[in-house]
Amino acid sequence: MTLFVKYDFDLVCKTLLKEQLDALDISYTLNSLGELIIKGVLSQEKQETLTTSLKKYGIEILSKQKVTLIDRIKNAVDDYLKNKEFRSIKLSTYLSDTLHYSYAHLSTIFSENTYTSIENYMILKKVDLAKDLICNTNLTLTEIAFRLDYSSVAHLSGQFKKTTGLTPSAFQRIMNKKKL
Amino acid sequence: MSDIILNIALADDDEDDRMLFSEAIEELDIRTKLSLFNHGQELMDYLTLPNIVLPSLIFLDLNMPIKNGQQCLVEIRNNPKLKDLCIAIYSTSSSENDIEETFLNGANIYVNKPNNFSKLREVVEKVLQLNWQYHTSNLNKETFLFRI
Repeated sequence: MTLFVKYDFDLVCKTLLKEQLDALDISYTLNSLGELIIKGVLSQEKQETLTTSLKKYGIEILSKQKVTLIDRIKNAVDDYLKNKEFRSIKLSTYLSDTLHYSYAHLSTIFSENTYTSIENYMILKKVDLAKDLICNTNLTLTEIAFRLDYSSVAHLSGQFKKTTGLTPSAFQRIMNKKKL
Repeated sequence: MSDIILNIALADDDEDDRMLFSEAIEELDIRTKLSLFNHGQELMDYLTLPNIVLPSLIFLDLNMPIKNGQQCLVEIRNNPKLKDLCIAIYSTSSSENDIEETFLNGANIYVNKPNNFSKLREVVEKVLQLNWQYHTSNLNKETFLFRI
């Protein structure tokens, strides 16, 4: 017997974090961008216990502030792409408003540490979302283009082909065959 | 740049191609450690050794003696220890059938061997960047398919 499950990645992580932090009696607030704000200061010992207990679940406490900032930029880009209402403003403005750094600073830190630029990351992520919609929904390319703010199907297809080397329909054909 | 070193493997029976590939990868800003294999069987023997550090990315030529690229690909995808490795096919063939077959067998990236060195460097860099993004970002590995 095979069962198919669908899970909410965000909720899984939040629940896990809550359980682990509650077990250690740590009071905290969770920021949506992967940032935990701990009230007061954690003792060395508690911090180590927390690190070990989270590690079991593949959750890592990042030590370098720069690395954390990169992940926060990526998370903010992901949020920006998933919520149409955020996209009434430009990505650069959204990032500097959310992360409280100038866009120039964010952009430099990002390029120095990830082998790519914020713009290229956004394109890759956007195409990744398009791939997801092509595989897991019955939406037409016109609807997908609209959802992801492409001006037309041609624009979506062009960026898809430029990024992945495949046309959306070739990609869809391969993915359908893979499922068989 | 980041201080992590990427482990990369290349299986290709052509000595000149292996040499050019090593030179191209050395010229990049990305820090890498490259292991070379003369054919598919040599690669598979290495990957199935106990206690080795697995490469984070494998470049596979398609036409090789003893064990070809498609056979390696199928073996890797059917081995629970290896099935999540990122695989880039590195071939002179641009037949649509070959390309589709490799994707169906589980390849992530299909690269046509470029015919000049600067293009080769560009292509290798692009594959490494993509692989890096898939390792460090929250992207869906189920739909990790690219043709370069």
